[in-house]
Amino acid sequence: MPTVTTAATELPITRSCPYAPPAEHRKLREEAPISKVTLPSGAEVWALTRHEDVRAVLNDPRFSSDRANPNFPLLLLNGQRRALRFRPSLISMDPPEHGPARRAVVGEFTVKRMAALRPRIQEIVDQHIDAILAGPRPADLVQALSLPVPSLVICELLGVPYADHDFFQTRSAKLLNRTTPADERIAAVDELRDYLDALITRKETEPGDDLLTRQLEKTGDREELVSLAFLLLIAGHETTANMISLGTMTLLEHPEALAAIREDRSRTPKAVEELLRYFTIAEFATSRVATEDVEIGGVLIRKGEGVIGLGNTANRDPDVFANPDDLDVERGARHHIAFGFGPHQCLGQNLARMELEIVFNTLFERIPGLRLEKPSGELSFKDDANVYGLYELPVTW
Amino acid sequence: MRIVADKDVCVGAGQCVMTDPDVFDQSEDDGTVIVLVEKPLDVEKAREAVNVCPSQALSLVED
Repeated sequence: MPTVTTAATELPITRSCPYAPPAEHRKLREEAPISKVTLPSGAEVWALTRHEDVRAVLNDPRFSSDRANPNFPLLLLNGQRRALRFRPSLISMDPPEHGPARRAVVGEFTVKRMAALRPRIQEIVDQHIDAILAGPRPADLVQALSLPVPSLVICELLGVPYADHDFFQTRSAKLLNRTTPADERIAAVDELRDYLDALITRKETEPGDDLLTRQLEKTGDREELVSLAFLLLIAGHETTANMISLGTMTLLEHPEALAAIREDRSRTPKAVEELLRYFTIAEFATSRVATEDVEIGGVLIRKGEGVIGLGNTANRDPDVFANPDDLDVERGARHHIAFGFGPHQCLGQNLARMELEIVFNTLFERIPGLRLEKPSGELSFKDDANVYGLYELPVTW
Repeated sequence: MRIVADKDVCVGAGQCVMTDPDVFDQSEDDGTVIVLVEKPLDVEKAREAVNVCPSQALSLVED
């Protein structure tokens, strides 16, 4: 019989090493892979730590993504949760609504459509590296490269003016940070929502060659489009930005890995895949709530109970990845769940992969002497945010 | 070995195309899978595509 512990573990737990999930998560996986944990709100939910179990939940329609469900596990205090003023976006939808809504937009993110963006992304990356080389040393890579590149790319794809980046970057950072007071968090969401609503209104009279205009022509449903724009704008820049920073830090502290990709660029996609697995930055995105009694890995999860798939720990499952704590840039394992699994798997994953590949190849080629100004142990990590990353990354050359 | 794709289950993540673009493509309209080569020569890659498909819309069947 599988062991089930009582809810002794409280989430979230701060990492002690920037390169590894908290040791307590690993302990759960080894001793009680499906066990009850306590959230900051006091709610008790199931934590899943095995790759197989997390994949099973994420692809099982008996588990709901509805974030408005009071039992849905969020790492927020009760005062921070509030019925949003707008429609649930794709990440909160269940069947039968989710499938058609996703299909209405997924054609914008096909592998071929993303590949067509490659020259423009290369140009954006080159311009930012030109500016770094022309600027002072040290430079903060987060502000100089990690954040602006994916922000510009998603702005151009959606048709959001990049000139407004300060406005949406500050608000999305507040939204993703667990320590943001409730009123500030709500204000950030409302302001972003109003901004996007006004933007979409302008597109009715001033259409552009962009995703939001095309979706507007397809659907008469303005509210749904505002929710979609909100999701894509936030998910489209924060996540990739954090992976650029963490990936650069990691490669600079793992010279053999860096040498491998410098020697042969065709290795970079595999290195990107490994960095995605290694960090699994959107660790808490893989949460669900059961809508029926379901048995997972021999444990009965009852209707109404919340489940958190600890993706980072599941991506270090030794039953699935050999020597999972080693960074092996030639591993080539693509069945990790850094982008989730099931029908909600990240819509922008192929864009993110390409952005990371272009950034790493270009950065290390054009600034061969790039080095960290401070070692990883002295850097400030986003331990208080729902998407892991770096607040700053001072580099010199 | 023959590839069977369930287009109703497919969520258009494009993982199969990333695995083997000679065998898989996506509809430009809704991103769902198009199998270009039903009986792939590279069975290992086809197995990987089955494994990485997030909605498990792909399967390999023996004829």
